[in-house]
This record gives sequence, C-alpha cells and structure tokens, in this order.
Amino acid sequence: MTAGEPVLEVEDLRVRLRTPRGPADVVNGLSYTVGAGETVAVVGESGSGKSVSVLALLGLLPARVATVTGRALLQGEDLLTMAPDRLRQVRGAGAGMVFQDPMTSLNPVLTIGRQLVEGIRAHGDVSKADARSRAAELLREVGLPDPEGALDRYPHELSGGMRQRVVIAIALSNSPSLLIADEATTALDVTVQAQIIDLIEGLQDEHGTGVIWITHDLGVVAGIADRVLVMYGGRCVEDGTVDDVLERPAHPYTRGLLGSLPDLAAPVGPDGEVPELTAIPGLPPPPTDLPQGCVFWPRCPVRADPRCETEQPPLAVVSRAPAGGPAGATASGAYTGDGAGLPHRAATWCTEGVDGGSRG
Amino acid sequence: MSEDVLVSARGLEVHFPVGGGGFRRAPAGVLRAVDGVDLDVLRGETLGLVGESGCGKSTLGNALLRLVPPTGGTVTFDGTDVTALDRRGLKEMRRRAGMVFQDPFASLDPRRTVAQTVSEPLEVHGLRSGKRERAARVGELLELVGLDPAVAGRYPHEFSGGQRQRVGIARALAGEPDFLVCDEAIASLDVSVQAQVLNLLRRLQRQLGLTLLFISHDLSAVRHISDRIAVMYLGRVVEVGPAAAVGSAPEMPYTQALLSAVPLPHPAQERARQRIVLTGDVPSPSAVPSGCRFRTRCPYVFEPCDDVDPALQPAGAPGQLAACHLHGVVGTPVTATPEGVTADP
Repeated sequence: MTAGEPVLEVEDLRVRLRTPRGPADVVNGLSYTVGAGETVAVVGESGSGKSVSVLALLGLLPARVATVTGRALLQGEDLLTMAPDRLRQVRGAGAGMVFQDPMTSLNPVLTIGRQLVEGIRAHGDVSKADARSRAAELLREVGLPDPEGALDRYPHELSGGMRQRVVIAIALSNSPSLLIADEATTALDVTVQAQIIDLIEGLQDEHGTGVIWITHDLGVVAGIADRVLVMYGGRCVEDGTVDDVLERPAHPYTRGLLGSLPDLAAPVGPDGEVPELTAIPGLPPPPTDLPQGCVFWPRCPVRADPRCETEQPPLAVVSRAPAGGPAGATASGAYTGDGAGLPHRAATWCTEGVDGGSRG
Repeated sequence: MSEDVLVSARGLEVHFPVGGGGFRRAPAGVLRAVDGVDLDVLRGETLGLVGESGCGKSTLGNALLRLVPPTGGTVTFDGTDVTALDRRGLKEMRRRAGMVFQDPFASLDPRRTVAQTVSEPLEVHGLRSGKRERAARVGELLELVGLDPAVAGRYPHEFSGGQRQRVGIARALAGEPDFLVCDEAIASLDVSVQAQVLNLLRRLQRQLGLTLLFISHDLSAVRHISDRIAVMYLGRVVEVGPAAAVGSAPEMPYTQALLSAVPLPHPAQERARQRIVLTGDVPSPSAVPSGCRFRTRCPYVFEPCDDVDPALQPAGAPGQLAACHLHGVVGTPVTATPEGVTADP
C-alpha cells in the first residue's frame, strides 16, 4: 500500500433532484477521501442517497433533473467542473464502476470479448488483436475459466457470478486508480459473494486501487472496509474506522441498524433462545421532506437533547483514535495513509454514554 | 422423528421438462428442481429452509402446498396425502396453509384495497358471513400484524414495502391457517424493516401456535427465527437439524462453506476468520452430478462420492442429519444414469 496523496477527495457534495413532488435533497453535504489501496464503505438503506452520491461523481445523473454542487477531486482534477470530453476519458481510465446487477450492466447482444475490447480501445491506441489478448488476460485475472473461449460467448451463457467477474474485468481494463462498486455483490449468493470479495481484495492489493464500496450489508463492510461512512437521509451521520463504527457505534441510527441485524455470532440464551431484534420503528424520511433537526429524529428512540428536533447536529468527533496510534488525521478527517488514527465522527446530539461502551 | 409431524415429504420430486419448444415438440431434458426430498415439519415449530438461488427451495415450498404438482414422491399434510386430494380437499388444505410471498409489490393486486385483499380468503372459505363481520375480522387481522385498522380502505401503492408485507401476512392469516410458508418474505426489504417483519413473524408464530416454514437464502435470518434448519443444495435436503447445531456446528461440507461465507458484522472476527471459499458454480439442475451432488465443489471429495448417492444419516448433535459420506458411506449406489444426471460433469 502506498500512503500519501488521496485518490479521491469529495468535499461538500450536494445533489438536488427535480421531482414531481418538488425538489428532493438527495445528498446533503458529503465529504470524504479515498486513499490509494484503501476501501471506504458507504452504508445506508435504500433512499439514503448512497448510489446517487457516486453517480453524481461520474456525471451519470441527467443534467435536466439533477443539480450537483461541491468538489470532487480525482487525483487533483475536479470531476464536477470537468469538460464532458475529459470526463469521458476519466470514466473507465480514472474511475471504474461495477453496478449491482450483472444481468443488466452487460449488453446481451454483444459478445464478452467485444464489450471488453471496446473499453480497452476507447482509452488507448491499441490494435484489435492486442486489445483482444489483453481482454483474455483480464478475464484470466478475474478467475474466469477458459478466458479465450469466454471472449466469444454472450452474457446469457455465463452464470451470475461469472458475469459479475466480467463486469469487474471491464471496470479494471484501464487500470483505474479508483473502483466504485455499487452493491456489486448484492445480487449474488453468499458463496459467490465470498469469491468476488476475495477477487477485488486481491486485485486491490496488487494494483493499489482505491475502492468505494456501496452496500447495505454491514457484514460485508466488516470484512472489507478500512473506513465506513454511514448515510441516512442524504447525510453522513457517522464515519470512522470500521472497528470504531461497527464495534463502538455512536449514532442512534447506526446502533439501530446493527441491532436490526440477525447475527450468526450472537450469543444464545441457556434455553437456546435467540434474543429479539431491536428493530427501528417507522421508515426513512422522504428526500422531499427532510426533518428540520436531526435527520433521524422522527424514528429515534433516544432523543436525549432538546436540540434534536430543531437543530441539525454537525458531524463532530466523538472519540480520538485509541492511545498509542499517532493522531494521523487532520482536522478535516483527511486520510493520511495508515488507516489508524482517523477520527470517529457522528452527527448527533446524543453521544453521552456511548463513548467507550461497546455493543454486546 | 417425533410423532407430531404436520407436513411431511418423502422422496418428493418436482421435475420440469426443459428445452425443445418451438417446432421440436419433445423436451430436450429434465430439470430436477426438487429431486428426492425427505423432510418433516413438526407441529408448532419454525423450520428454516436455506439454500442458494436455484437450489429448489421455493419449488419445494410450492410443492408442499401443491402449488406445483409433484412428479414423484408423497406429501402428507396432517396425515392426509396432499397429492391425492380432490378439489374440495385441496381447498380446505389451502385454507389451513397460508403463504407469504417475496415481493410485496407484485403479490398484492394494485386495484384492490387492503380490505378487499384481506377479506377475500374469508369470502372464499365462507369464514365470516355478512359484510360487517368480515370488515371486523379484517380490522382484527390488520391489528394483529401491526397495522392501523383505519388503513383498510387504502390501496397497496400507498404503503411502503414493509407495510405491504404486513398486508401479505394478514391475508395469509385470514384463513386461520395451521401452517404458514414464508418464501423469501424479507428478501426485498431494507435491513431495519427486515427486523420488524422478523419480529412480527416470531410473535405471530407463538401467539397463534403456527407452524412456520421460513424459506430464505439469508442464513443469519434463518438462524435467528428457526427452531430447526434444513439446508438445500441442487434439489436435495443435504442437512437438517436443530438451529443451534446446523447454525454453528454443521456436519455437511456444503453447510460449512455456506456458513463460513456469511459475512459477520464484527471486523475483528471477520479478519480472523478462515473462509472456505468454494470453487466454481453450482451445477445446473438439468445436469446433476451422479453420486453426491456436491462432489464437484467439495473440498473433501473421496472415492465413494462418485458412485454412491449419500442418504441423510445421523451426524453431530441429536436430531441432526447430514447427507455426507464423511459420516459413513450410506446411500444408493449409482448404477444407471437417469436423464438430467451426468456421470462426469
């Protein structure tokens, strides 16, 4: 892993969509950085704005309905103000993307080979034959059996896991410095998911790619992420190292999310009884009508502060890194390369009794 | 097995003809969706049925209620042979067995109000005479699943996914069933809403003394809600037993791999964990390997696996059964290769 320059720096990203029900504030001031070789997981339920936030980065939202503001520097260049031609070059070569559904992200009427070669030739002056051998090499790298033969097959001839491998090969074909995986394993079975996670981790170690992993599955997050960002109502409500966020969650929403998760490792009572899940009542707020105060207030079981209802809590540091680790983070939470020493922040007024108390 | 079996399958098979079509009339092969399942669902228990997509778990759930006709074997429901029921018998059986489907957006008629949807089983089975009594019962059912009875006049589009799933559950409970099949009932819901529905199902099961078959690909959820767990692979139940045993000390290599692939929300544990990563994909159910059907991916494969089809046999904890030769070679020797089974996949 190479420390140093972050691959991606996102600052105060905001997305407003025009909808029939009025303007929807889908992303509200998101800031984070992704270092080389680092995996940042963006977690949230449907409608939390996690997918829209990355689609906005790559200019994939229709300009007629979406207003995107803020800054997003990919290796120093601002993606949000980039000329469309330059953006086309950056997509694929600078940042690759893997979408959720491998059935729909491949073109069913083109062979796997053509779809790979297209990406390779779009970003470099490569002859057809060279591109084809590079394509076969990529398929071998992602663990597809018989890569040469697979080039002439159509997507429907492959299983879901194999298709997702092809999509990953396409995303990696131009060795991007950033890989965005949007629910990349959600549609897959757990045994295949384990294969794909292994694959991406291996490739990441080899190439030092920064990864943004978008998911709703906190189990996956625990296995792969260095850092976690929890989104709710278009805001980052908590971020920090994976250990801080999952083992010492500070925001009532994060705690609720973890409590809702049936846990295979949960201790079983003497009668073999598994304790009831602590579900979060109610539903996430619609982005057209966000609460004035804390976004989680309407569903929050804590509500320990009079400001909860009326005043938006800022994203504030709840605890410094444990003693021993150098305080390697700057005030803005910029990544400094070693994963440790990052601040653990949460946007809540109710942090009392949380610090230090880890969940059972 | 205990005397008190509510639903029982013996050698249950559901085979579908595949291929052919067009001008060629004869089917080209056989898809063995459910292929020799022996399973008992005990009265008053929650049995979790897990497996990956395509393993036949939904088809098995449907076959138990005769929503798809079995092509072989038997199913008994409370002692009566389901495959031999006439129309009237089938109708009564279906009153006693409710079903909750995966997609709450597709399983409710968008043009009918919640009250119409929930009261239909009451009308069909003649459970409440008179509009007023039916309306009262609909109110009771909605309250039972945690919805305000005042929403009875609303349409499905006015509800969220979790609320729709509650409507689906209310409908399934309308016939006062003994047996409830939940087929991926929480798969399309958000995590926080999944927990609400899981808690609801568990409460209803106790309150009403239901027997629940909870079909899901999510082992954590199944472990949470079930008394016993059955694991399916390629059309066959390969392991079954008490939830604590199957969920923490499985005896069949496939269950072990499945369990080790389930991500846990604990970073330290995840880092320390040794995953059993299976190679390759699940074979096609129209070309099932001969002998043990897991042998093409099994890390422990040895000589008898090729030509003896393993039967379920006691292994591990009391009441735990696994279909694996590691616990002794028990099963049917492979002599001829039937259609849809390949000797050398």
